[in-house]
Amino acid sequence: MNDSPVAVEQHGPEHLHHFVDAEQQRDAASLGMWLFLATEIMFFGGMFLAYLVYRSWYYNEFAAGSRSLDIYLGTINTAVLICSSLTVALGVRAAQMGNRKLLVILLLLTIAFGFAFLAIKGVEWYQKYEEHHIPGRTFNADDLVRDYPQIHIDQRPEQIYFSLYFAMTGLHALHMIIGVGIFVFLTYHAWKGRYGPKYYTPVEIGGLYWHFVDIVWIYLFPLLYLIDRKPLR
Amino acid sequence: MATVAITAEREHYLNEEYGIRSWLLTTDHKRIALLYLTSITFFFFIGGFFALLIRLELLTPAGDLVLADTYNKLFSMHGQVMIFFFLIPSIPAVLGNFLVPLMIGAKDLAFPRINLLSWYLYIIAGLIYIHCIVTGGVDTGWTFYTPFSTAFSNTRVIEAGIAIFIVGFSSILTGLNFVVTIHRMRAPGMTWSRLPLFIWAHYATSIIQLLGTPVLAITLLLVIFERAFNLGIFDPTRGGDPLLFQHLFWFYSHPAVYIMILPAMGVESELIACFARKRPFGYNFIAMSSIAIAVFGFLVWAHHMFTAGISLYSALIFSILSYLVAVPSAIKVFNWTATMYKGSISFTTPMLYAFGFIGLFTMGGLTGLFLACLGIDVHVHDTYFVIAHFHYIMVGGAVMGYLGGLHFWWPKISGRMYPESWGRLAALLVFAGFNLTFFPQFILGYMGMPRRYWQYPPEFQVLNVLSTAGSTILAVGYVLPMVYFLWSMRYGKIASDNPWGAAGLEWQTPSPPPTFNFDQTPEVTWEAYNYEEIPAPAEVPVER
Amino acid sequence: MSEHVMSSKMYYTIWIALLCLTVITAAVSFVDLGRFNTVVALVIATFKALLVVLFFMHVKYTSERLTKIVIVAAIFWLFLLLALSMADYGTRHLI
Repeated sequence: MNDSPVAVEQHGPEHLHHFVDAEQQRDAASLGMWLFLATEIMFFGGMFLAYLVYRSWYYNEFAAGSRSLDIYLGTINTAVLICSSLTVALGVRAAQMGNRKLLVILLLLTIAFGFAFLAIKGVEWYQKYEEHHIPGRTFNADDLVRDYPQIHIDQRPEQIYFSLYFAMTGLHALHMIIGVGIFVFLTYHAWKGRYGPKYYTPVEIGGLYWHFVDIVWIYLFPLLYLIDRKPLR
Repeated sequence: MATVAITAEREHYLNEEYGIRSWLLTTDHKRIALLYLTSITFFFFIGGFFALLIRLELLTPAGDLVLADTYNKLFSMHGQVMIFFFLIPSIPAVLGNFLVPLMIGAKDLAFPRINLLSWYLYIIAGLIYIHCIVTGGVDTGWTFYTPFSTAFSNTRVIEAGIAIFIVGFSSILTGLNFVVTIHRMRAPGMTWSRLPLFIWAHYATSIIQLLGTPVLAITLLLVIFERAFNLGIFDPTRGGDPLLFQHLFWFYSHPAVYIMILPAMGVESELIACFARKRPFGYNFIAMSSIAIAVFGFLVWAHHMFTAGISLYSALIFSILSYLVAVPSAIKVFNWTATMYKGSISFTTPMLYAFGFIGLFTMGGLTGLFLACLGIDVHVHDTYFVIAHFHYIMVGGAVMGYLGGLHFWWPKISGRMYPESWGRLAALLVFAGFNLTFFPQFILGYMGMPRRYWQYPPEFQVLNVLSTAGSTILAVGYVLPMVYFLWSMRYGKIASDNPWGAAGLEWQTPSPPPTFNFDQTPEVTWEAYNYEEIPAPAEVPVER
Repeated sequence: MSEHVMSSKMYYTIWIALLCLTVITAAVSFVDLGRFNTVVALVIATFKALLVVLFFMHVKYTSERLTKIVIVAAIFWLFLLLALSMADYGTRHLI
């Protein structure tokens, strides 16, 4: 019960009073974040359905569009996110061990990796803009038709591939931006010494969110970049 | 009857703090429930206003009240407002928010600030939608079908989409809060098998909200992107499939109807148990059937697309699944009926709504089976038969559940009794008005009158006039409770802790409850619905 | 939720594994495996995702069964969306 003297002295300012104890509060936060990630799986899932349907209908167009993406930038970006997941995981560990300085450094590194990812993504989008691969009035896939005479490409559904490309990478990038914002918040409070072995829940659940965004990219990379890279006959 | 307490007033959640800041910045789940109550009532009136205009137009076969384009906007916005801004929040955000912590013996929900955020998102979404209404509205049907919504409609599709996207997050956060609360914050001794069926119903509803609403969110976002940035995802001229939109849309929107009915079923279980003074028959079956409805409800969505161009094989699969999904609901109806057998029935206002619910929900559900049959659906799809079917469930079922629950828990919420005679009158008016409004629509649909049509052949007029007449009676039935609930807050008889002699932890705390619900955390050592131990109230509390 | 502190060595090992798998998946895409290119890519992606979920997100070390139920349920629900939709798309050509 909350009115017992033991409970009153033990909890710090982060203990919320409607919870019985710190453990209940932590368990609630963890379950809450996992449930939120479940909703995110369904959110991205809708786009995966669209991808599945249209790739089965327009394989050639999807293959051509996929080839027009820069595989080196895509691979580097995947590696960047993997590194950021490492720094996040090590950060949670630093918080658990009460190492404030290390935690702040790792959180800052995570943010840096996040910015790197977004910057590279920006470069890739700009490439698409220059190549006239943005769907709509300015769309022009003559270069794809020219580069792949072996397969028949219809420029109209080619727009569907790029629509999905921008929608999926765009929403993923938006989640990255939100993630960076969350980690700026975490870094500030970590620097203030708010997190330690007794209380590091925000770092842990922020980390769960970040890992999830990484996992989405782990799937987006092969689905968007690696459809068909076989040498052309 | 005493209108002012003689002794000094006890402190509770309503009088603990005064002023608008204490309401707008509250994290008390009970106050947030009342914030929702006010907001959704406001939107109920807006949706009702659109319904009124529709029914007025349909008094005559000619299109003579409004323009055809205006009529398209009326039925579209009636649907969107009623579904997204009234029905989906209604029971969970008002009764669920108020009662879930009380029923499980907790001080509040798991995330009180997220609860408040949920209401803020609702209000922001509501304001955006109102702006959409006054700047031209939306005419795509509540269903936003492509390519009309993405390429051809000249109305405020993007704005409506944004509003519904935001209100969807309000719904997701409510569901998330309930699941975590029910898992993590039950009082000692409150095992899963001692939970009230209201809690089971809200748990199942929350699962649907969590897993379904995000798909609506992404679907609306894709429509917005296509319209705003000329992306080509649903555009047939670029090889897109309009049916893809429908698959994505109905993947949420079918389970959405279970979001609307499951909480009402939870209310129903509580009402029938209390006013038959009996433990619900087949508690386990009722609890498990709620979970079954939540799961099965996700497997049937393409029954909205039978005539849209899906393959016949998939239509067969979805038809069979649609028949199966009726089974758990039927189990509930059977169990409620069996609960009443040899019970000690009292015909209070909540019980009148409960009776109405059983009959009308059953009719609505059975006509759903008609629609699940491919052969019949070909003829009645997009006719008034469908409209009658879903209004029987949404209005005859969900709204009556909501009203019954409001009356039942009103003493707990406000500390006052509503006037019982007026309550019974309103319930009867609602029942009569409802049937007169919607039963003719079954016949109209069967006879072939299409839905969403602004004019119709003259042979359909008599039934349309009956329907409109019924809707005026229904409207009176809805306005009455608003009037006497407000009246009761000042002049109603002061309620005791447990005026109905009902089982449940919420009745073991004062009416209205203190801010932290219980003076001491309860320890539950009894089974749910222990009506054999609870004495019936000396008299059913009535005003005058 | 696990309380014990993981060794940093475990995290570095997983990190190296993830980087290697990334390089492998990119490299394999240049090899002609016919229809299996897609399968291999998705299998590798799933394996990478599992490594992140089990180790970086601590699911392997948690005693909370509910967490695992939530994850499995979400993936299953996504699968429902894809599978039942494909019941339509996959059979349209048959009639």
